[in-house]
Order: sequence, then C-alpha cells, then structure tokens
Amino acid sequence: MSTDLLNALALFVLAILVGFEVISKVPATLHTPLMSGANSIHGIVLVGAMLIAAEADNPLSYLLAFVAMTFGAMNVVGGYVVTDRMLQMFRKKAPAKPAASSESTEGQA
Amino acid sequence: MSQAWIYTVVYFAWLIGAACFVLGLHLMNSPATGRNGNRLSASGMILAVGGTFVWLLLQPGGISGISLAIIVIGFLLGGGAGLYTARTVQMTAMPQLVSLFNAVGGGAAALVAIDDFIKLATGDVAADLSTTIFVVLGVLFGSVTFTGSLIAGGKLQGLIPGKPIVVPGGQIVTIAVAAVALIGTLVLVLGAAGVFALSSTVTLLVLALIVAAGLIFGITMVLPIGGADMPVVISLLNALTGTAAAMAGFVIGNPVLIIAGALVGASGTILTNLMATAMNRSVLNILAGGFGTGDSTAGAAVAGAGGSVREISADDAAIQLAYAQSVIIVPGYGLAVAQAQHQVRELAELLEAKGVDVKYAIHPVAGRMPGHMNVLLAEANVPYPQLKEMDEINPDFERADVALVVGANDVTNPAARNPGSPVSGMPILDVDHAKSIIVIKRSMGRGYAGIDNELYSNPKTGMLFADAKEGLQALTAAVKAV
Repeated sequence: MSTDLLNALALFVLAILVGFEVISKVPATLHTPLMSGANSIHGIVLVGAMLIAAEADNPLSYLLAFVAMTFGAMNVVGGYVVTDRMLQMFRKKAPAKPAASSESTEGQA
Repeated sequence: MSQAWIYTVVYFAWLIGAACFVLGLHLMNSPATGRNGNRLSASGMILAVGGTFVWLLLQPGGISGISLAIIVIGFLLGGGAGLYTARTVQMTAMPQLVSLFNAVGGGAAALVAIDDFIKLATGDVAADLSTTIFVVLGVLFGSVTFTGSLIAGGKLQGLIPGKPIVVPGGQIVTIAVAAVALIGTLVLVLGAAGVFALSSTVTLLVLALIVAAGLIFGITMVLPIGGADMPVVISLLNALTGTAAAMAGFVIGNPVLIIAGALVGASGTILTNLMATAMNRSVLNILAGGFGTGDSTAGAAVAGAGGSVREISADDAAIQLAYAQSVIIVPGYGLAVAQAQHQVRELAELLEAKGVDVKYAIHPVAGRMPGHMNVLLAEANVPYPQLKEMDEINPDFERADVALVVGANDVTNPAARNPGSPVSGMPILDVDHAKSIIVIKRSMGRGYAGIDNELYSNPKTGMLFADAKEGLQALTAAVKAV
C-alpha cells in the first residue's frame, strides 16, 4: 500500500475514535437534533461531487456529477437549516421571536 | 502563486472544516450550546466547500464551462430544494425530512464512487486493489442508504404502511441480493488483484449489478421493520452514509471526506445504540423484523388479564384537572401524529392560571424519534424547565393528583415491570402511581408492541376517547367552564 493510503487509513481510524468519544454523553432530548446534525456533516460528500464535476469530460460523467451535486447540496443546506430550526427550540428563555428569524411562517397558535 | 501553495491553503481549509465538525458535534451535546455547535459545524462546511471551489477555479488551465455550470446550477438547485423544504416543513414531519436528506447524501456518495469507478475501468491505468475495495464499498453503502432511507421516510410519512411488511420469501430475496453484492465485490476485487483479467465492459456490468443489489437490499431490509423502529433504522443508515462518504474520500484522496465520514459513521453508530437501548431493543433485533410474530403468545396471555374499562366525559375530566394540585402530562406518539402540541400547552397554561402545578413527563422515545417530543413541545413554547425526563419525574407520580396521558401507550404499560410480556424490561413512566389517571386516546387500539395496556383497566383510570387534538380542545373548553 502507498504511503498516502496508509496515512489516509490512520486518519480514518483516529476520526472513528473521535466520533465514539464526542457523542458518548448526550441526553436523550438531543438525540434527534444530534442525528440531524451528523446527517448534515456527511453532506461533505458535496466536496467529492465538486471534484468529479471538475474532471467530468463526457455526457455520462456530466450527468453523474450533476445529480451528485444536487443531492449533496440538498443534504448540506437542508440538513443544517432543519437542525438549526430544531435547536432554536431549546433556547433557555423564550422572549419575543428574534426579528431576523426564519421562523416567521411558523404560527404561534 | 504556485500551485502547491494554493493546495496547502485549501488543505488547511479542509482540516479546519473537519475540526469545526468535531467541535460542533461536541457542542451539540448540551441544549444550551447546541445551536452554536450546529453553526460552527455549518461554518466548517462553508469553509471546506468554499475552499474546494476556489481551488478548482485556480486550477492551471481553469475549469471548463460545463463543469462550472454543473457545480453552480447543481448547488443552487439542490441547495434551494433543501432550504425550502427545511424551512417550510412541519416540525412533526421533520423525522422523514431528515431521512430524505440522508437518502440524497447516500445517493451522492454512491454517484461519486460510481463516477470514479467508471474512470478507473475505462482509463489506461489499471485500478489497484485498495482503490477498487473502497470504490465498491462506497457504491454499495451509498445505494443501500439511498433506497433504505427513502423507504424509512415513506413509512414515517404514511406513504408506505408503517406496519412491518412481510412478503412471502422476502428474506430469501434479501439474502439473495446480499449474496449477489458480495460475489460481485469479490469478482471485482480479485480482478483488480490480478487473479483473472476482466475487460472493462465486464467490470462495468458487475458494478451495475452491485448497484442494483444495493438498491434492492435497501428496500427489502427496511420494509419488514415496523414504523416505530424507523428512528433507529434512520440513525443506522445515517452512520452508513457517513461511512460511504469516507469511502468516497479514500477514492479521491480527500482528507475532509475521510474525517467527516468516519466521524459520522462512528457517532451515528453510538447514537443508534443509545436509541435502541432507550426502547429496550437491540439493533439486531430490530433489523431481524418487527415485534409480534414470535412474541404474540406471551402478548395474548397478558391481554387476557385485562378487565373492564371506565369511560369518562370531557366535563368530568375537566373537573378533576381543575381541582387538582398537581398534574403530570404524559405526551406520546399520538400527540405527535395529531400535531396537538399547541393544544396541550394551551390546556397546561389554563390549568396553571388556576393554580395547578403542571409538569410534562417525557419518555426518552416519546414522539416519532428520541427527543422528538421535546422539540415539539418547545416549538409550542412550553417552558423548558417544565419538561422532565423519565428518571426525574417518576418519583413525582405518587404525589400527582392527576396524570393526563395524551396518545401514549406502551411507554406507560405496567406490564413492562413483569416478566413474560413483549415490553418486559422496557423503562416506563410510573403513570399508575398517580392518584387518578385520565387517558386521551382514539380507541382501545393497541400500541406498537401489539398488547393490551393494563393501565386502561386500572380502576383509577378514566378513558376519554378522542383524537389527541380534539380531546384536548374539549378539555380546555370544559376547564374554562368550570
């Protein structure tokens, strides 16, 4: 195996260990936002989609890259926004809705 | 600027992005810092994606017009769709949206790997062994999460029946496609190892076979699993997508994909286990198929012990609530489905105005996902300190005058304390310890475990048969009139 690959494997193993540690003490309350947050992080595959788009040179590659870009962007943007909406609900105090909030469409019932 | 210098800068952007993901996830461990954590993680993403974009623009010879168009239009299209759905979705429908985002993420990872494989198969340089392994794994994981998450989301949305769908011979199909995927992988790996020579056409056909097997496997794996287990399944698929992204990272040699993918793979696995534990299920148990079947005899035995049930009118229930000193509200899945979170808050505020002490008892798996109920009630502006977790509230039930159960079933079933029932050992809320109990429920229908709830035949229990929303509205009106 090449040195590059061995280095990448080391990175992979260490990142797995970090992943185990970083999430071990979470209250059940936050399981859903956390899952959603982790879900947006794997949208990083968008970077991969950009790289294959840059190298695409035939119709099939164009198509694959385009769909991958669209899917990846949806994962990233939607994931972060919906996680933010969930976490916004956990504010300690609930003063009047922040003016700059994206929540203006949400009724207060 | 030299090319190497630019690459160094971009590489640092990737590394800082990866660090932001780790720190962001860590901050999301507490409600107070959660939002900042998510924003930090998003900043890392902007840095990584933006850095990549700048790098591509500065490539020697530049980037072709078509590639640029693909990147920009694809981003605007997908990002726009994600932004719109994420902003407009009802909070009750949020779990299936997360599942949809997971599906497209897995799809993107699979496509990146497929594209790379085609380049390798048709290129002049033969694919080496390690690259082939990573590509095939990326393709396989990505395809499985794509269809699996779509089915899981469809079940939560009600597009596909939530109950376990068992097709005769379904398991054989699952095993068969798994075998096809494994054999295909083996063929490609051996081919890359030089054991036998494969023409590029054959390699591509085998890859197509693996993609198809992965897509079918995703469907047949999730279909037989019940709707209430979907959160665990989505979490598992989420971890799998992370792993697929890491595999894609190996193929294109990108550190941020490897780090972020492995991070999600590991943390997602932990989270899946935490969720399954909260439901007293093992992940293997869930994947093997729904409750019921094997447990049905034990369930029937417990059900036989059920006695008569006392029905209560909204007016009588309102009098009990209005003259109580302390009331504990137990919201459940039924409340989430009926979207009655605002109505429950209205009733609680009315009772508080009458001097009643009101608290909410939140079971870890109440709602459609662990922690979902907290999100729904917070959306309805229920003060966070009133939401009590199970271990904290359970001793309080003895002192509560009324426990008001809204659309919760299995998590209140006292049968869980005795052995021999499908819910045995599941942590439950001690609702039966309250002085009196009011249950708002549509019918005597059984919960997900498919067994009768002894709580309903308890002499202290009054059943108010109504949809969660209508029942709460009737109660609120009746309390106003008291």
